[in-house]
This record gives sequence, structure tokens and C-alpha cells, in this order.
Amino acid sequence: MLWVIIIGLLPPGGVKAFDTPSDGGGSVTIRWELSPSETLSQFLGYRILRGESEAGPFEEVGYVIKGRGEYQDRSTEDGKSYYYLVVGVAVGDSVASSVVGPVISSAQWFNANRLNVLIFTFLISLFVLLYIRRAKRERLFIRKIPGLDAIEDAVGRSTEMGRPILYSFGLGLLSDVVTIASLSILSRVAKKAAEYGTRLIVPNYDPLVMTAAQETVKQAFTEAGRPDLYNEGDITFLTQDQFGYAAGVDGIIVREKPGTCFWQGYFFAESLILAETGHSVGAIQIAGTIAVTQLPFFIAACDYVLIGEEMYAASAYLRPEPQMVGSLKGEDIAKALIMALIIFSALWGTVGVLLNQWMGSSTLLDAFHSFVNWFTVGE
Amino acid sequence: MIELLDKLDRRIIYLVIGIVVAYPLIVHPVMPIRVSEEVKRAYEFVEDSLPSGSVILISIDYDAASEPELTPMFRAVLTHAFRKGHKVIYMGHWALGLPLAQKDLEEIAHRMGKTYGVDYVNLGYRPGFVTVMLAMGRELRDIYSSDYQGIPIDSIPMMANIHNYDQIDLIIGFEAGSTGEFWIQYVGSRFNKRMFFGTTGVVAPDLYPYYASGQILGLIGGLKGAAEYETQIGHPARGVFGMPAQSFAHLAILIFIVIGNIGYILRRRR
Amino acid sequence: MKREVPLAITFITGVLLVVAFFVPHPPLGDLQQRFQIWYSIVAGFTFLLGLDSLVKHHLKKIQHRRSGWGFSVALLISFFTTLILGFYSWFVFSSPYDLRAPFQWLYTSVILPLQATMFALLAFFIASAAYRAFRARNLAASLLLVSAGIVMLGRVPIGKAIWSGLPVISDWIMNYPQMAAKRGILMGTYLGAIAMSLRIILGMERTYLT
Repeated sequence: MLWVIIIGLLPPGGVKAFDTPSDGGGSVTIRWELSPSETLSQFLGYRILRGESEAGPFEEVGYVIKGRGEYQDRSTEDGKSYYYLVVGVAVGDSVASSVVGPVISSAQWFNANRLNVLIFTFLISLFVLLYIRRAKRERLFIRKIPGLDAIEDAVGRSTEMGRPILYSFGLGLLSDVVTIASLSILSRVAKKAAEYGTRLIVPNYDPLVMTAAQETVKQAFTEAGRPDLYNEGDITFLTQDQFGYAAGVDGIIVREKPGTCFWQGYFFAESLILAETGHSVGAIQIAGTIAVTQLPFFIAACDYVLIGEEMYAASAYLRPEPQMVGSLKGEDIAKALIMALIIFSALWGTVGVLLNQWMGSSTLLDAFHSFVNWFTVGE
Repeated sequence: MIELLDKLDRRIIYLVIGIVVAYPLIVHPVMPIRVSEEVKRAYEFVEDSLPSGSVILISIDYDAASEPELTPMFRAVLTHAFRKGHKVIYMGHWALGLPLAQKDLEEIAHRMGKTYGVDYVNLGYRPGFVTVMLAMGRELRDIYSSDYQGIPIDSIPMMANIHNYDQIDLIIGFEAGSTGEFWIQYVGSRFNKRMFFGTTGVVAPDLYPYYASGQILGLIGGLKGAAEYETQIGHPARGVFGMPAQSFAHLAILIFIVIGNIGYILRRRR
Repeated sequence: MKREVPLAITFITGVLLVVAFFVPHPPLGDLQQRFQIWYSIVAGFTFLLGLDSLVKHHLKKIQHRRSGWGFSVALLISFFTTLILGFYSWFVFSSPYDLRAPFQWLYTSVILPLQATMFALLAFFIASAAYRAFRARNLAASLLLVSAGIVMLGRVPIGKAIWSGLPVISDWIMNYPQMAAKRGILMGTYLGAIAMSLRIILGMERTYLT
């Protein structure tokens, strides 16, 4: 004979409903303490019911499986009063909490969770702007970037060999900041190519980038006094398929045998397929990308590589106007601040852990954790 | 001779690589697999931390080019999820990858006796991945009013109580590009969602920092990761069988590097 | 005027989006999402630009019988076949991605193997690039060489068979020195992007406006 012991289900306790903070309205958060009956295997989860008066009627707005004590009802109307209750559900049984409310949802004017981002955005912008002002008064030092210095030699070499120059933005779109940085490098390359009278080929992955590249090259050729050399047929759209693009560019390399290849922009797995093919025809290669995973491939296969931020620095480096150089310096100061913060927190955390181990005092460690958690961005 | 070692013809390198990769794929030698910490964590979360019947969202963010690397791990994870009785929402941000993996989804579901609409659902593809990710945090019906075949979401039993990330217990993305980072930045931190990823070997280092900082639960990297997951669930398949080829290729590359260095040092001595 | 108007649009949009990031209240709260949708619509239309460029370029090549014009013929035939099958599948099966649609067949039996083939070339190129690049030229290059060897072996089963310590050292290299270097580069990159964005919003960076 099988004995079944039926224990009454216990309801979830401490139910609280409040307007979801730092949001755009239309949402109420309901929080509760897990029901002690969760340990039963028959226990399934919680139904969240909502009504417009304390007496009901209530209708279900959501369901979560057991183990979770929070639900966001994102279907509320701002300014309206709501009442909530949470029902613990088990196989063949259920039990309701008491009704809580009224609660009214509303939209906030500031997302307090993003205060950290606001502070840092403000600080970094401040450094950049301050240094732009300073750069107008005095000359600031920028270190050499060999990859950018090599542009002229590379173009010259292509010219001597009587071979064209190939320039690729990779798979970057015009909405990627790095593509804009690459455009200013293209502008310099195009100007040099026009001065030397060398052909410039730019195969594209994104039609918008293609249009921007055509304009940039046309402008550079005009500025160099050789608008006659500009050929729209050399700056074309290939395909918006990653490996289709790689195959297309490889085909151009093998047929046209460029003397110099520029890989400047955002690249994925096709980076090495492009750079090795470029190497096989004996081209000088200058790469630059912010895609950290592709850097090793470029470093292995190319002659010069612009690493990450060097690409963003290119326009300031190639056109050293005070405001451009100043923004680079401001960036450096922000970096120094971050480095100092990292070293400071590493020391703080280490000392905290040691104190906790040796003297059982967790005050410093707790303070460290709340400091680090402050940097985590919330919704 | 020294010249030969220092400047080996690339065609010799290509030939040797071709042979060492093809041979084990034909002969299938077996190799012991060591399961890494990041794969074990992913496995254990599905195995122990999720109660049976939990809802898992699987996002297919790859296409044909990385299919050989990512489909084995998708199959392993899906088999595991179904075995534990979890419910699966299938979607993706790479339009061309979804039909590819759908074949595997249907095959495994059929084999394991799972019913469409009850145990799993295929939402299909919607363009604009950031828009889709953000809108799903509010109400997924705003983006997916119907499944991939046009069946209204509200008539699918499994979806009755699923409105947004609140009812989804775990997100698993299979990533060949940067979509995974968007999942972490737009969904992981904003909606406080638990997630892990299966990625190509090239993309894995991109996601390591997120694993180390605890923003993602686990990481299945490359074919090796797939082999480890297959080992964990005791179901060796394409991942495990591909390991010898990868091992031999790595070894061959190393030997070439050594040859190159011998040539280089000898030439310098001269 | 030709320069001022775009600069003003850039400035206003940039500032608005930065503000909207911190203000959840409507109408600013979902501005980013709305702009994303606008961008998707605009980007969709730009495909016509690409299409125009592609078809025109290859038609010209065929017309003037320039070297390799045969490839252009192949390209145009493949292009229109894919396009027609795509539309046909769309009309008949309501989606080109339906498993029964001819476009799907084209995709799995032609496009998929072609893409996989291109990707697979990496195996060969990695070998030749590694052979050339990993030379013990100096101390730094030698360190790189040794760690590359350890990681390459430690990441595959054969490494463990050679010595059980290899995967452990390989994991350590990936988790500490690799990660530290990578985070350093990433931080620099993000800061660079912030400064660059600031220059674009403030109208100092105008390359895109030529």
C-alpha cells in the first residue's frame, strides 16, 4: 500500500510591488521571498496576478519557474493603480500570498544605474577638450607610428614596380567608427597615389562604404591635381558575404598583382586569407584593425600593423592640427587615469583579502567589492 | 640545404597539411579528451542548476562557413537540453544559418521524441539583431508575432507564458562573429540574464574576458570545445572524431616552425 | 552650406543619442532603438547602390571584352539565377529559407560548400604564415615562439598525451598574459573610439564628408 502524505503548501512571503526604478515607465517590479515549499519536488513555480482594485478581479500577467523571487510586469499603464498577488503553484495545488498595492508605474528622467558611465563620459570628454585647448597654445609630442610613416614608401614602391595599390576596409560598415578612421588613411593613400600616378583599387563589402570611398578618392585625386586619373570602376561593390568577399579580393590580387596592399578596418576570419594571398604575390602589406583576434594573423603576414587605437590616431597623425593632436593627448590622460585606477584597486583588493585572512576583518574587502560593483553597468 | 629549410616552398607546407588533416578524418583514430573548466561549467549549469522544464533560448549566430565547427556543439548542447527535459526556443541573428541548423534541430527532436510547440519552438529570423535583442526584453511578440512557418505565437502551447527574458532561464548562443558580444552587452548586463556561448576557435579569445569576469557562465570554444561537450554527455560525434585531425595539424605546423627556425639559425651562424 | 548642414545633423544626432542613453523617459528612452530601425531601412536601400555598381561594372567589362570578361559572364549568370530562385521560393513557399524551396537547395549545395572551402583555406594559410612569422629573431620573438608552441599543443588532445602539464600551462597563458594584453589593447581601442566619436560629433573629423 502506498502512503501519500499531503502537506499544505506554504505561500511566498514578504511580497513587495514597486515602480521599476530608472526605466522608461510601463513597468512594475514584484519581489517575494521564496516559498518554503520549494523543496517539494511537486512545487513548480509562481504565477503573478494583477488587479485594478484590492478586491480583484485578478488576472495572470506572468509566470516564473521556482527558484526565482522577482518578476517585472512590463505591461502596466503609467499613472494607473495596480494590486498584485503571487501564487505558489504545485502539481494539483496552489496557494496565494496576500494582496499588495496600490502601486503606480512611472517613467524616470535619469537612469541612476548609469551614473558611473555618465561620470566617466564626462571625465574623458573633459580631458579631451582641455587638451585640445592646450594644443592650440603649445606643440604636443606624438610618438612615431611606423605603419603610417610607411605609406609614402609603399606607394612609391608600387609605382616603381608599375603595379597597382589595393585598399580594403574589410567587413566594416559605415556605422563603425573604425571605418571612418580608415577613410582618412585612404584619403592620404589616394593623394599619394595620384601624385605618383599609380592606380588604386578599392573592392568593397558595404555599398555605403563604397560610396564614401569613391567620394574620398575623387576628392583626394582632385586635390592632388589629377582628377583625370580617377576611375569609378576601380572602387566597386563585391558582395556582402564574408568569404565571397575574401574570394573576390583574392581574385583581384592574383590577377592584378598589386605592389602594396592596405588592410585597414574591421576584419574577421578572412584576414589571413587576404594577407597570405597578398604576400604570395610579393606585395608590401600595411594592415590596421581594432579586431583583436585578427591582429596576430596580420602581424604574422604583414609588414606593418596599426594596432587598435593607432588606427583612430591615424587622422590626427596624418593631419597634425592642434585640435586633433589635443584629442589624442586627452585620450592618453584618460588612459593614465584608468591605469592608476586598476593599480589602486588591485592593491586595495589584495590588502583586503590579506586582512580578511589574517585578522578576520572584512571591512576593507567589502568596501572593495562595493567599489568594483559600482563599475558594473545596470539596465 | 640551409636555404631550403629557411625558405620552404609553400606548396610543400600545403601538401603536408592536406595529408595530415585528411588522413585521420578517413581513418578515425580515437584520442582521449580532457574537458576544460569553461566547458564543464556550461555543462554543469544545464545538468544540475536548471530544474527540468526550464526554458532555454538558443541563438544561431553563424552560417555556412563555420557550420563544420559550430554544428557539432549545437547538436551536443541540444541533445543535452532535450535529455534533461528542458524546453528550447530556437532563433538566430544570421539569416542563412538558421535553416542549416534547423535540419539538426528537427532530426534530434524527432530522435528524442520531442513535439514541436510543446518541447521546442522555432521562431526563425528577424532582421536588425540589436533591435530584436532589446525588443525581446519587453515582449517577444512585438518582434515574433508568429513562428518561422507563420503560426501565431499565441497558438503555440509552449509559448503561452513566455513573454520576455524573465521567463527564459538560460541563453545559449552559437557564435561565429561579434553577435555574442552584443548578447552580453545588450541582454546579459541589461536584463541580468544567465548565458553561455559556443564559438569558433577564432572567436573564443574574444569572449574569454567575459568568462573570466563571470558575465558568462561557460564557453565552448572551437571543435575542441564541441569534443569536450560530447565527452561530457557521453555521446561522441563529429567533435570527438575531428580532434585527431586538429591535433595532427597543430603538430605539423609546430614541426614546420621548428624546421624554419633551424634553417634561420644555421643561416645566421654562417 | 554643403558642409554645415551635415555637420549640424551629426552634432544634433550625436548629442541627442548620448543624452538619450541616460534618460529613460519617453520620447528619449527608445530613441536608440528607433534610430537603429531607421538605419536598417536606409542600409536596406543602399543595396541597390551596390547592385548598380556590381552589374554595371561587369556589363562594361563584357561589353569591352576586357581580359577575364568570361568570369563576368559567370558572375552575372550566378547572380541572376540566385535572385530569380530567391524570388520564386519566396512566392511559392512564402520564404526563401523554407527547407523545400529551390533557393534553399542552391544554398546548401552551392553556397555552403563554397563558403566552407574559402574558410578551410585558413588551415593552409595559418601553416605557411606561422612557418614564416615564428622565428627566434630576438628575445621577444623567441618568447612568442615558445608560448605559441605550448598553446598550440596544449589546446589539442595530443598535447596532453605528450605531457600532462602542457594543457595547464596553455590555459595559464590564455587566462593571464593573453587576457591582460588583450584587455590593454581593448581599453586603448575603446578610448580611441570615444575620442574619435567626440571629434566626429564636434565636427573636427570630417573625412567622411568629403
